[in-house]
Amino acid sequence: MSDGPVISLADVTKVYHMPAEDVVALDHVTLEIARGDFIAIMGPSGSGKSTLLNQIGCLDRPTSGDVIINGRSIQEMNDNELTDMRRDTIGYIFQTFNLITLLTAYENVEYPLILRYKTRAERERILALLQTVGIDEALAHHTPGELSGGQQQRVAIARALVNNPDILLCDEPTGNLDSKTGTQIMEMLRRLNKQGKTIIMVTHDTRIAEYAQRTITIRDGRIA
Amino acid sequence: MIGGDIFVSLAARSVRLHLLRSLLAALGIVIGVIAITTLGIMGANLTLSVTESLSRSANVITITPYTGGGRGFGPGGGGDSSANLNITQSQLQEITQVAGANRVIPIYSGSDRITVGSRQGRASITGVKPDTVSDLLTVQEGTFLKGGDSALVGATLADDFSLKIGSRIKLGDTSSNVTPKMIRVVGILQQQGASFSINTDRAIVVTDKWYTAAYGGEGQYSQVQIIVDNLNQIGTITNNTDRKLNRNAKLPAVRISNPSQFLSTITTTLGSITSFITMLGAISLVVAAVSIFNVMVMSVSERVREIGILRSIGTRKSEIRKMFLYEAVIIGFIGAGIGALLSVVSGYLTVLAIVGNTTYFFTPASMIYIPQGMFIGIATCVLSGVYPAWRAADLDPIEALRAE
Repeated sequence: MSDGPVISLADVTKVYHMPAEDVVALDHVTLEIARGDFIAIMGPSGSGKSTLLNQIGCLDRPTSGDVIINGRSIQEMNDNELTDMRRDTIGYIFQTFNLITLLTAYENVEYPLILRYKTRAERERILALLQTVGIDEALAHHTPGELSGGQQQRVAIARALVNNPDILLCDEPTGNLDSKTGTQIMEMLRRLNKQGKTIIMVTHDTRIAEYAQRTITIRDGRIA
Repeated sequence: MIGGDIFVSLAARSVRLHLLRSLLAALGIVIGVIAITTLGIMGANLTLSVTESLSRSANVITITPYTGGGRGFGPGGGGDSSANLNITQSQLQEITQVAGANRVIPIYSGSDRITVGSRQGRASITGVKPDTVSDLLTVQEGTFLKGGDSALVGATLADDFSLKIGSRIKLGDTSSNVTPKMIRVVGILQQQGASFSINTDRAIVVTDKWYTAAYGGEGQYSQVQIIVDNLNQIGTITNNTDRKLNRNAKLPAVRISNPSQFLSTITTTLGSITSFITMLGAISLVVAAVSIFNVMVMSVSERVREIGILRSIGTRKSEIRKMFLYEAVIIGFIGAGIGALLSVVSGYLTVLAIVGNTTYFFTPASMIYIPQGMFIGIATCVLSGVYPAWRAADLDPIEALRAE
């Protein structure tokens, strides 16, 4: 698994069957993303950028066409294989953080490790990881409700990183943050990209998109 | 396997974090288990205490003259109605032959007016050979018959007329010119309750000699009892007696009451009553099941977003299902455990209040309802959790993430 693109989309079409009519969210999209890329996907609301991210994130399957991740076709994987791909290869960072509210920051980060190794993780590893995203041990034992937005997003990034994925998918990662905090988060993503993570980020903020090496604009389900 | 499963501890954590909801669900199971277990225990104790008191007299075959209609089961009852129908001396000999080594006890019975001091009433009078009394009856106080005018009285009769050892009872019509017959109480019989033997709770037991001297009819018995030493012989002796005495099937001479058939009828009836009572308990368990189902469905609806997050960070469908099922199992165990403990208390109190006899409470036949109730409680909880768990696992992760 080396030189080829880490992600490639071949003629991907996604159609949502609605009661009134069929909605074409992605219309024959072909795209290659190399290892270590930092890509921003831009476009107006409803243009299909989130749908694109969900296909790459193995949360959804295209109606036709195929997505190849690390050489594996998502059309050929069953639900468990897709789930394991999300767990081991992909880290998802959401606009609304999506932390589990009843669990502490520590427990949230520990969760994907438990899912992968079916055992409680070493405490030190989790705390060290939280330290690198700027969450100290005292904060680690708070629940998300007790943390600020920026802190929650840091925890979410730590959770995305805990299984050491190749790919980070970010859906409006700064959308719910003030600009200062947003900048800190983007600096962190840039650092991660430098360390070799492939990052694909959906945003409609051009200032945020500037952190990326490449910007792809989507309009009406097509790459513009 | 399950013990070491990390999803058990995740489920346990979830039960703890959603404490109020979990406790409400567990409460349903607690109540359900208490209801089903308590009623089961009560039924078992009822059956045990009734059959035990009946079994004490279950080795008695009673032979009464055939009276035509369905006279029902109740030997020792109205002597007047069968006054002209008796077991004769020759029939008694035949019975003795059939009975072999088993004791055969001929009994005279009738009823008469009695006067104790100034109080008057009526009582059944039973005449037996003095040496057979100990086979038939238990004396609570005093001695067995000594002959002459000695008599034993039933516990209820003794209560009603305040009879004591040494009390004197006048028999017959005191207003007529005939000299009243007098007897002397030498013993008071133990309370019998339900019995297949002659019921003596309201009777006066006198010697056969005294009885025939007072009422005549020597050798004309109102019933004969065979006390069978080996319960397995009851059937054979019943059949042989029937063949010997009832030669004409169209016009049988005697009626033979075989207690074991009756005993099994009663046991079956009590069994049905017990099942019915337990069914009532099961209704409360159904209610509990509905409430758990409701709580679990609510739990899934409330946690749609959490499920979406878990799915998106790589939790398999089967793992989501496991987590929800384990939650149901944990709630089931907690609820059933508490329910079992409480049902020991409530079962004991119920048995005390309704059956009035806790002798059989700690017997296996009664205690079995506790593990049974627990098992049903846990099973109910798990079954109620299956659909919600399935629904949770099958949620579309993208849709679930959008939920608020």
